Amino acid sequence: MAARGRKKGTGNVARSADSASRGNGGERVAVAKTYKLYIDGRFPRSESGRYYRLERQPPGKASSRNGGELIANPCRASRKDFRDAVVAARTALTGWSSSNAYLRGQVVYRAAEMLEGRREQFVEELVLQGVPRAAAADEVRASIDRLVYYAGWADKYQQVFSSVNPVSTPHFNFSVLEPMGVVAIVAPESSGLLGLVSNIAPAVAGGNTCVVLASQTLPLSAVSFAEVLQASDFPGGVVNILTGLREELLDQFASHMDVNAVVLCEGDADAARKTQQLAADNIKRVVLRPAAAWDDAAAQSPYHIGDTQEVKTTWHPIGG
Amino acid sequence: MARPDTKLDFQTEWQYAPAPETTDHVRIDPQYGLYIGGEFVAPRSGEYFDTINPAKEKKLARIAKADRGDVDRAVKAARRAYENVWSKMKPAERGKYLYRIARTLLERAREFSAIESLDGGKPIRESRDVDIPLAAAHFFYYAGWADKLEYAFPGRRAAPLGVAGQIIPWNFPLLMAAWKIAPALACGNTVVLKPAETTPLTALKLAELMRDVDLPPGVVNIVTGAGETGAALVEHPDVDKIAFTGSTEVGRIIQRALAGTRKHYTLELGGKAANIIFADAAIDQAVEGIVNGIFFNQGHVCCAGSRLFVQEAIAETVIARLKDRMETLIVGDPLDKNTDIGAINSAAQLEKIEEYLRIGKAEGAEVYQSSARLPESGFFCRPTIFTGVSQSNRVVQEEIFGPVLSIQTFRTFQEALDKANNTPYGLSGGVWTDKGAKIFKMTRALRAGVVWANTFNKFDPSSPFGGYKESGMGREGGLHGLSAYVELH
Amino acid sequence: MNAAQQLPPRLPEMDRVTPVDEVGVEERVARFGTRSIKKDSKVHALKLALSMIDLTTLEGQDTPGKVRQLCQKAMHLHDSVPGLPHVAAVCVYPTMVAVARKALQGTEIKVASVATAFPSGMAPLSVKLEDTRVAVAEGADEVDMVISRGAFLAGEYQRVFDEIVAVKEACGRAHLKVILETGELGTLDRVRRASVLSMHAGADFIKTSTGKIQPAATLPVTLVMLQAIRDHFRATGRRIGMKPAGGIGKAKLAIQYLVMLRETLGAGWMTPEWFRFGASVLANDLLMQLEKQRTGIYQSADYFSKD
Repeated sequence: MAARGRKKGTGNVARSADSASRGNGGERVAVAKTYKLYIDGRFPRSESGRYYRLERQPPGKASSRNGGELIANPCRASRKDFRDAVVAARTALTGWSSSNAYLRGQVVYRAAEMLEGRREQFVEELVLQGVPRAAAADEVRASIDRLVYYAGWADKYQQVFSSVNPVSTPHFNFSVLEPMGVVAIVAPESSGLLGLVSNIAPAVAGGNTCVVLASQTLPLSAVSFAEVLQASDFPGGVVNILTGLREELLDQFASHMDVNAVVLCEGDADAARKTQQLAADNIKRVVLRPAAAWDDAAAQSPYHIGDTQEVKTTWHPIGG
Repeated sequence: MARPDTKLDFQTEWQYAPAPETTDHVRIDPQYGLYIGGEFVAPRSGEYFDTINPAKEKKLARIAKADRGDVDRAVKAARRAYENVWSKMKPAERGKYLYRIARTLLERAREFSAIESLDGGKPIRESRDVDIPLAAAHFFYYAGWADKLEYAFPGRRAAPLGVAGQIIPWNFPLLMAAWKIAPALACGNTVVLKPAETTPLTALKLAELMRDVDLPPGVVNIVTGAGETGAALVEHPDVDKIAFTGSTEVGRIIQRALAGTRKHYTLELGGKAANIIFADAAIDQAVEGIVNGIFFNQGHVCCAGSRLFVQEAIAETVIARLKDRMETLIVGDPLDKNTDIGAINSAAQLEKIEEYLRIGKAEGAEVYQSSARLPESGFFCRPTIFTGVSQSNRVVQEEIFGPVLSIQTFRTFQEALDKANNTPYGLSGGVWTDKGAKIFKMTRALRAGVVWANTFNKFDPSSPFGGYKESGMGREGGLHGLSAYVELH
Repeated sequence: MNAAQQLPPRLPEMDRVTPVDEVGVEERVARFGTRSIKKDSKVHALKLALSMIDLTTLEGQDTPGKVRQLCQKAMHLHDSVPGLPHVAAVCVYPTMVAVARKALQGTEIKVASVATAFPSGMAPLSVKLEDTRVAVAEGADEVDMVISRGAFLAGEYQRVFDEIVAVKEACGRAHLKVILETGELGTLDRVRRASVLSMHAGADFIKTSTGKIQPAATLPVTLVMLQAIRDHFRATGRRIGMKPAGGIGKAKLAIQYLVMLRETLGAGWMTPEWFRFGASVLANDLLMQLEKQRTGIYQSADYFSKD
């Protein structure tokens, strides 16, 4: 799916191909995409009706602050949208966390299959948002491979991190990992797709459900990724994706009493401190992931799954 | 305890009509070559043998007979692929080939299931619901390990061994191929695999599949043949690792042959598992566990629960319910979806089983068989139980590998445990009790590699499987199953 | 016809009832679901299922007119196709029994009535017995009672037992079906215990559910109850019937129940005398499947009367 306007040099998704306005008559008018939120397996607009402008930047720069040509009007999610997303994630949690690991691995793998089939679309979309083409292609490839990576961990991290504990009394004692529950994820600002995938995949492979705040300056890939998730047999509510303003929503992500863990990516010292303070209200687990080279091999590991797991230990007598 | 006028009658007016699996979508070629270096090639000797459908005694295809020279070709192809391609490939990319195999196998699941039942005799329901899905799951599971070995062995770097020679049996042909190939490839090795003589077809179809998903030539090679082909593989000097599943008798031969060589080896051999039912068990589910343990797959299961130990207080009721259940087991055409017990794999195996039935009778055992009507042609055996036997009976000591169960009673925990362990085998065991503490006491004391509590014959790619004592050494499946295919530095 | 029990009924020891493993039951049930019932064996099963239906209406809004229409359907399932069996019974509230009896006069279709403060059973025993007597006096051939689940869960087994004994007596010659309301019992262990208790107390049939709560009948609870019936038969020689009720709307599911019945109890129970489906919409799906078998063409609900 080639970006319409790209060939004409405008890169403008929201507007039709220029030729139409020139009254050429021979050109086909493009059907522009509306970027919505992804909540409970569906694509609603923000209940507030608000949006923000995503503008085209000079090549190599991805920031929508300085004015420029309009690319899209992503939804500006409200606290109520976040609230609804948490409800969806909580409802979906029972089914997802109790599904067997093989199934979760297959669903995550299917997301890789779906993303692979849509490579060109995602590359074009990243380019539209200001990512150089070669880097965009690398990012999409790496995102697919990252999904495959975590799909493969779904039925293995338990074996690596669990234990049978040799207690000194006649008890069979074993410790297993269990998902924390609903995880709120503030996705990396710097990486619209790979950074997003790198944080969603380990959380859900581990049986959690999540509500994700996309990068504010690179939000479009997140919405398109939601389409990939929907096509991948993810039950509605397992992953929920919001676009909006970080400064408005960060507090919500950190303070909601029905969220079990918050993952803050690329937060500065202030943001980290505020998040931890707000999280304390319900002793929310806080995972800080500083700015990273998301394409580095070090950016993927089973420890990222472990970050959103609890440990449960059970005792049982050994006897007659 | 049961009154004489309370027999249940399962010969109802309502009978199940034949429900044959369609096979018009199934492709079996009239002849198969050896799969070496990514291609099907003729055997050097030009010799072929037939593989037949044991339910109809009809030929299915001609299969190439690999001689020493062919095995050498295959090992060379595996070595070349290892040196030039497979060991140089990024581990994550190796994993992706395994994922492709898993996914494509599921796409072709129905065809593989039908062929598995045609070639080996197991009911289509089992191939369809158990063998093929599990085989695909094994590939899927091990695909994920390919780029994660650094986490599997704390403090050690895992490196592949090189070329693995693998010999598999006829009781779960495709599943055994998956159990062997998947971990070997995931750990970076290449493979020469010899399927069983009577069940080569699904391995050959798997070879086609691997070619279709562009697995680099030589990474997996299939050499079909009989014992001599296997011996040639075991003895080949350029094989780094031998993996064998089969009888203890042959396992012994292989271990001797490998003595003094540098070759790594793992063996998964026979068993004579004890299935122990305590008086406080959930009895109806335990009876189903007995049936799962010995009658499904025609008893052709190394970990079959072939020695039943039932606590005396409930023995009569368990045996009565078991007999009722046996009456509802349908012995018939493997391609009929309602068949519970299919064909015995070969004439030779049927003869072995019948020999044990003769031995049992001669030893004074009471023999009970269900009243199942057997098909007129093909190799079939009714589900059978021996009562009035003890540890000293040959039919209690020796592996029969058929739908034949010996039943003994016991009185105390210790007695059951002692008798369960009183065997040179140690592959598996079952314990049925509602009391958790007893389960853990039994599993701690039972000398077997797999213990099933309140269940039986459960398998999962993530769950290690393998035996103690003469049931072999090494584990397949799970994290522990990786050890067999790596060298740790 | 059941042989009358020789001895006065005695509560069996509840803690000696065999435990039930839920995972094992689910596996066994799943295997029944793999039976492939085709061609004439499918036709046979569909007709057998039809003959086993207790066509039911148990609504607060039932009227004589509604009941008459139901009885009409019971007698004329689908007259355009000859050779169909009739349903086993019609099941109504006690106040509708007389209407049903009149409407079904001259047929072999039985009149079953719920009683004992159905569906909750939350009434004094005297009320429940009176409810039973009314149903019997009005002419019910069969009485479907509910056990006191609250008492059962509280461990008051003797009380639950005594109630059944009393209701059985009030039934006179009418057959007694005892509804366990398995959806409220919670575990298969309790289903087994309630089955054993009810059979010892004199039940002629044990029945899963009132159909008024979820879950109603399921394959796992039915299997456990069939196994309890089997063991009771073996121990006492007394045959007891079984009725799953509620939630069985599709022919395919009904056939699965028949497979389970066949392979657990066998020929002795494969008749309407010993097995019933408590159902309302099942009949039409069975009829549609029969037509499909006959013509080879998939059917539409528009062609089968709704009552």
